Amino acid sequence: MADLFKKLKDGLFKTRNNITDRINSVLSSFKTIDEDLFDELEEILITSDVGVETTMKLLEGIKKEVKEQKINDPKAVIELLKQEVLRVMSKDVAPVSNEYPQIIVLIGVNGVGKTTSVGKIANRYKQAGKKVLIAAADTFRAAAIEQLEVWSNRVGADIIKHQEGADPAAIIFDAISAAKSRKTDVIICDTAGRLHNKKNLMEELKKIFRIIDREYPEAHREVYLVLDATTGQNAIIQAKVFKEAADITGIVLTKLDGTAKGGIVIAIKSELNVPVRLVGVGEKIDDLQDFDPVDFANAIFPE
Amino acid sequence: MAFEGLANKLQETLKKLRGSGKLNEKDVKEAMREVKMALLEADVNFKVVKDFVSRVTDRAVGHEVMESLTPGQQVIKIVNDELTQLMGNTQSKIVFSSKPPTIIMMVGLQGAGKTTTCGKLALNLKKQGKKPILVACDIYRPAAIKQLHVVAGQVEADVFSLGDKTKPVDICKAAIEHASKSGNDVLIIDTAGRLHINEELMDELLEIKDNIRPTEIMLVVDSMTGQDAVNVAESFNQKLGLDGVILTKLDGDTRGGAALSIKAVTSKPIKYAGMGEKMSDLEPFHPDRMASRILGMGDVLSLIEKAQLNIDDKKAMELEKKIRTQQFSFEDFLDQLQQMKKMGSLSQLVDMIPGMNAGKLKGMEVDDKEIVRVEAIIKSMTKKERLEPSILNGSRRKRIALGSGTTIQDVNKIIKNFEQTRKMMKQFADMGKDMKKGKKRLPFFR
Ligand SMILES: Nc1nc2c(ncn2[C@@H]2O[C@H](COP(=O)(O)OP(=O)(O)O)[C@@H](O)[C@H]2O)c(=O)[nH]1
Ligand SMILES: [Mg+2]
Repeated sequence: MADLFKKLKDGLFKTRNNITDRINSVLSSFKTIDEDLFDELEEILITSDVGVETTMKLLEGIKKEVKEQKINDPKAVIELLKQEVLRVMSKDVAPVSNEYPQIIVLIGVNGVGKTTSVGKIANRYKQAGKKVLIAAADTFRAAAIEQLEVWSNRVGADIIKHQEGADPAAIIFDAISAAKSRKTDVIICDTAGRLHNKKNLMEELKKIFRIIDREYPEAHREVYLVLDATTGQNAIIQAKVFKEAADITGIVLTKLDGTAKGGIVIAIKSELNVPVRLVGVGEKIDDLQDFDPVDFANAIFPE
Repeated sequence: MAFEGLANKLQETLKKLRGSGKLNEKDVKEAMREVKMALLEADVNFKVVKDFVSRVTDRAVGHEVMESLTPGQQVIKIVNDELTQLMGNTQSKIVFSSKPPTIIMMVGLQGAGKTTTCGKLALNLKKQGKKPILVACDIYRPAAIKQLHVVAGQVEADVFSLGDKTKPVDICKAAIEHASKSGNDVLIIDTAGRLHINEELMDELLEIKDNIRPTEIMLVVDSMTGQDAVNVAESFNQKLGLDGVILTKLDGDTRGGAALSIKAVTSKPIKYAGMGEKMSDLEPFHPDRMASRILGMGDVLSLIEKAQLNIDDKKAMELEKKIRTQQFSFEDFLDQLQQMKKMGSLSQLVDMIPGMNAGKLKGMEVDDKEIVRVEAIIKSMTKKERLEPSILNGSRRKRIALGSGTTIQDVNKIIKNFEQTRKMMKQFADMGKDMKKGKKRLPFFR
């Protein structure tokens, strides 16, 4: 567990360094708390992709507290920001379910890391001694099925697949039947990448969930929206629109091993109350970590 | 729809600008606050926004308001001019080597869309009479090579691959060797996605570059990228010296501020934009039009050009006349539907029509299944009915519903929509005419 913690921290290292260095340099150059300080903090949050609205909301809250508590040490401001982010990220977040059988569906726009995350998640459950089945419901993208097959081999998990162009709902149907007869604990479903503004593709997604409703009501269901940390403000629209087509239960935030700050998750949690569950920190099979709001806040604003 | 927010915001603020003569500092400052917010919400990089706003402010304050414009329109015009200038004025094309083969190397982050774009580019080049070959250098991602093969099959282009055990630089060298025999005059190299901070993998790209001297190194960027776009573009540019950029997934509803940021920090031209999942959905990037699209003016010119590509000229002229004189019939409509199917989805075209962004035409949203139904209905009409929709009385409508397997409500709806479309198309044609004469008017100020 300590190792996992370290990995997450490493993944977030860039984020932390960048943001803190800048905050520290900002703070040391301001003797007292004035508008310029807040302007600088605004820049830091905006360039972390937190978004205009959420940034303003965060800063308004802090300004109020600074005034009420008569704070005149600029360094205390960082502590307030950290506390505020922590509060937003952990508010009303229930623990992850461990009921079985379970079905986990990954959805999202093209290229965010759905297939890779399916592989990583499958590996996690397999390592935990669960019987895992992978469903290859991306029948659209060229060689998507082959890509997932490679992952299923790596993990050593069964895969249900049809040929390219098949109806994704039919694959889900077959996966559920197979899971029932094989006494599978967890089905993990890959789906085709789809831009959320394509109406017919969102309908296709609804069809998948209707099949699950009908064929597998007894299973605990998780629907993860996969978001690329590099994505800007469009991620909020993605979350909103996908939420209309599916009951999203959490977010998998990928590619946090880059320099993107991942601040968008603060905005999404704050505006839509969708919790981040998992974090992707690389392309290898174990580059997946639980998202821990405390670690996250600490990593962005360390002591 | 794309950029709706920015257009609306500017419209709101600028509506308040009144008076005439010169733009005063207070008004401009207020408008610029909105411009700043909107650009940030569109993911334009913070620093780029700051520079932009101060430049526009300087230009706008004290600026004479042109006689034909309101102060608000004048500010928009200045913002648009500056935005256009920042994006670049002219369209940039792929440069071909004077000594074939031309080597195009595609680079970028994971998931940006490189492999798909390789296929689209190959198709595009084939249409220009080239004989491209796709070179499979993504030896890391599972099934990436297979994906390139499938994509190549879709566009009937050649592929060169040595599997995933050979170093990319050696694959490239062998590919050039191969091309000299096979007569392929363009090599498109698909490389693995990588993080700009991964030194080992960035060195791999540099090694390829140093060994094969590509004609064009293209950075493929997801148009939904946020503030990090500048870091990515700057890193790739510093390491490799980019020749151009291809934006992907622009058919989404992102405002695409990354395009502006990348252009501003690298000054490298954006050459193409990916506009959909089909292999033909790669379009030349028109920077000037992107600027006007950001301001919510729609992309009239693109639409017209796209239509011209697919409809022969004489037919287009006939059509334009019909539209203008409102003689446009169901017969033409059917013809149009078939043309549109050739061009790509209707919703994609609708996106480009000015005013459509404004949300007032929301009810007219069309999906491709709808087109099939509309087609069935029109096909159930007699020739006379198609040419003279006014004769469509109750009993005729009933017969059409029966014939097309739809309901009479469906038929009524189509006829009503048709009338609306006819009106809209007339306005649209008139506007196109104005624009050709240089009388560009801003649709949302009418
Ligand atoms: N650096 C990094 N790359 C990732 C991560 N997750 C996925 N990728 C890469 O992103 C690209 C797209 O992933 P894929 O799973 O095919 O995306 P999908 O289209 O959503 O299924 C691949 O090259 C993956 O290796 C991550 O956490 N970090
Ligand atoms: Mg996939």
